[in-house]
Amino acid sequence: MNRIFVSGLGAVSPAGWGVASLLSALTGGKAVPTQPLARPGWKKPLLVRNVPAPETRPVFFTHPRLRRAGTITQHMLAAALEALGNDAARVQAGALRLGIAVCTMAGSVAYSRRFYEEVLREPATASPVIFSETVFNAPASHLAAYLGTNGTGYTLVGDDGTFLQGLAVAADWLLNDQADGVVVVGMEEMDWVVAEAMTMFRRDAIHSDGAGALYLRMEKTSTASAELGGITNSFLFTQNQNRTEAARKMRAQLPAGSPDELLCLSGQPGLREAVAEEVAWRGWPGHRLAPKTVLGEAFAASAAWQCVAACAAVARGEFSSANASVVGANQQAIGARFLACTGPV
Amino acid sequence: MLYPPPTSSPARPNRVVVTGAGIITALGSGWQVNAGGFRAGRPAFRPVTRFDVSQQRAKIAAEIDLPLELPPNKLSANTTRRLDRATRMLLHAAHEAWTQAGWEPSADLPVVLGTTSGEMALGEKYLRQAIGSPFIKRRQPTRVVHYQVQQQGLNLCSALGVHGPLTIISNACASGANAIGHAWEMLRNGRVEKALTGGYDILCQLTFAGFDSLQALSPTPCRPFDAQRDGLTLGEGAAILTLETLPHAQHRGAEILGEITGYGAATDTHHLTQPHPEGNAALAAMTAACLSAGISPAKIDYVNAHGTATPHNDATEAAALNRWAGEHAENLKVSSTKTVCGHLLGGAGAVEAVICLMALRGQWLPPQAATATPDPACHFPIVRAPADAQIETALSNSFGFGGANATLIFRRWT
Repeated sequence: MNRIFVSGLGAVSPAGWGVASLLSALTGGKAVPTQPLARPGWKKPLLVRNVPAPETRPVFFTHPRLRRAGTITQHMLAAALEALGNDAARVQAGALRLGIAVCTMAGSVAYSRRFYEEVLREPATASPVIFSETVFNAPASHLAAYLGTNGTGYTLVGDDGTFLQGLAVAADWLLNDQADGVVVVGMEEMDWVVAEAMTMFRRDAIHSDGAGALYLRMEKTSTASAELGGITNSFLFTQNQNRTEAARKMRAQLPAGSPDELLCLSGQPGLREAVAEEVAWRGWPGHRLAPKTVLGEAFAASAAWQCVAACAAVARGEFSSANASVVGANQQAIGARFLACTGPV
Repeated sequence: MLYPPPTSSPARPNRVVVTGAGIITALGSGWQVNAGGFRAGRPAFRPVTRFDVSQQRAKIAAEIDLPLELPPNKLSANTTRRLDRATRMLLHAAHEAWTQAGWEPSADLPVVLGTTSGEMALGEKYLRQAIGSPFIKRRQPTRVVHYQVQQQGLNLCSALGVHGPLTIISNACASGANAIGHAWEMLRNGRVEKALTGGYDILCQLTFAGFDSLQALSPTPCRPFDAQRDGLTLGEGAAILTLETLPHAQHRGAEILGEITGYGAATDTHHLTQPHPEGNAALAAMTAACLSAGISPAKIDYVNAHGTATPHNDATEAAALNRWAGEHAENLKVSSTKTVCGHLLGGAGAVEAVICLMALRGQWLPPQAATATPDPACHFPIVRAPADAQIETALSNSFGFGGANATLIFRRWT
């Protein structure tokens, strides 16, 4: 059996730029403060958790392809490059075949909204520069261009669980020798359109933005934080299978657990949307972590942060293994398991 | 489990065949009417009626008149009442493929779809109301849910009584081809025995205005590879394929429509919307597809080109085809069926896959009559008139924004 390792982690979140900021916020357990986001036409702003400005301007911002790119691309690239670490240079040198799997639910929503507003105002003069950035795969394209790699890249669209589907796609590419390494990124962007839409389903919903990344290799490198232990099937929410049933099936494919294991949940305990997941994991004997209580809701990026937190916890030796459980917004229940790295590098 | 895979990869890759194909375009719904239209090269363009184009340069597209009745399905009356246009289109294509294959509902059937924007027309309604009437929430929650691409996929799964998993690839105009290619790889590598796959996109104002803003739309029906070409014409459509491993299909005595033998994908990093002038990524995708099929370009009888009719795309694709085919180029029959049904964006790769299967089964070449003066940069003959032909192997190209390039290869089943 071939093994797959998580060779690098990356994150940009409302807690800051970098995995360290993310982990620090999660360890502290205190919700990141909300900020007001103006909603045109309303006196009262929406409340969101934004990614703060970086302390220093990332070098990659100066790349010609990124001059007009939106924040979703900036966050996505930062997370991906952090996860890739020194291998980014190997990709740029043509010494490593990189696969890119980017996962999102809402995609480049800010540019889509801006472009459509221009179309409604005056279709004949709507900006082609903005339109080009509205496609779901624009950020993946920018990453490929920055790294100078022409390998396979997919942008997968769906709810939170899509990030775990991305990990499965990456695993397949590695097992089939289609790539030497695959970076899987979950990303979402801040815009009042999404933030407001969320409040239609839950009045106190807090939208957040950012990106998270896992870099997978079949080779166990010195940077490996965890081994990919498994990814469950994706159990859809369909007419004949509700959230509770889907979550139960996902749970059944993961081990019973023990007190020295971690469970990273997608739901915020106590909320209606989290009930299916809570029921599925009732009786879990180990520790629990619910990143959304600290960071807010960022769909595919949230699932990526769960996995980053799970891998980091295992890497620090705090737990022997960690499960990420994702009972998504409106598509699927899916889980992943990360194990402590064993054996020589 | 998605990982580790339940079975190890087979010693030799599985052969993958198509046992069902459904299609809906502006020509109509179903294999027969589409085969007739594509064989004759009959354009299906007309003035756009779905939204206001009075301020745009281009005013035509290949719009679909959706059949009033939905095909038989397992959706509840409540869900059916709320169905969006994109899902309705998908259901017609899927029903045809499903009944042709004779499949039964299954708990674990992978569904892989490609689309660029799903039901964006509903997203536009949401935005119009949110911008114009910020305090009116009526119907907005339903629009939020139903415009998302996963909702169309979930409705498709519910309609057919399958539980997925559902994977949606959004690689711009290569999405449909990438989706089929990804499903093909799953079967070829022994992950599953069968999969439902395809692509779709509907016409919407945002993409129409977007391509117009890029000066990429032609005010007249598109003329791919014409020396005087001046842009693309949009369309809408969907195609769905049922894929099975050859032993699986043969074991149950299924009728086989054709075989998918190769798939290649590559990323063009030259520019977000413009391809590299020499077509490096297109060449890489075609070369990778041939490699996986175990054949040389000389074995390809027909190329269904991406052929959008924009000056940049066609010049790049011509350069790539010339380099890839080499001396064989002068014998290579090439056409772009976008002259008939327009550019279907995320649906293009899937619809053009079905057209290749039609051509292989019917032994004819799809013409593009609109091209009057072929661009001298094309070292290959353009199929400009209906013709019968002996073709054993066809290749289909799909290229998209962001440099997404995908190529599929099909073999006639005899």
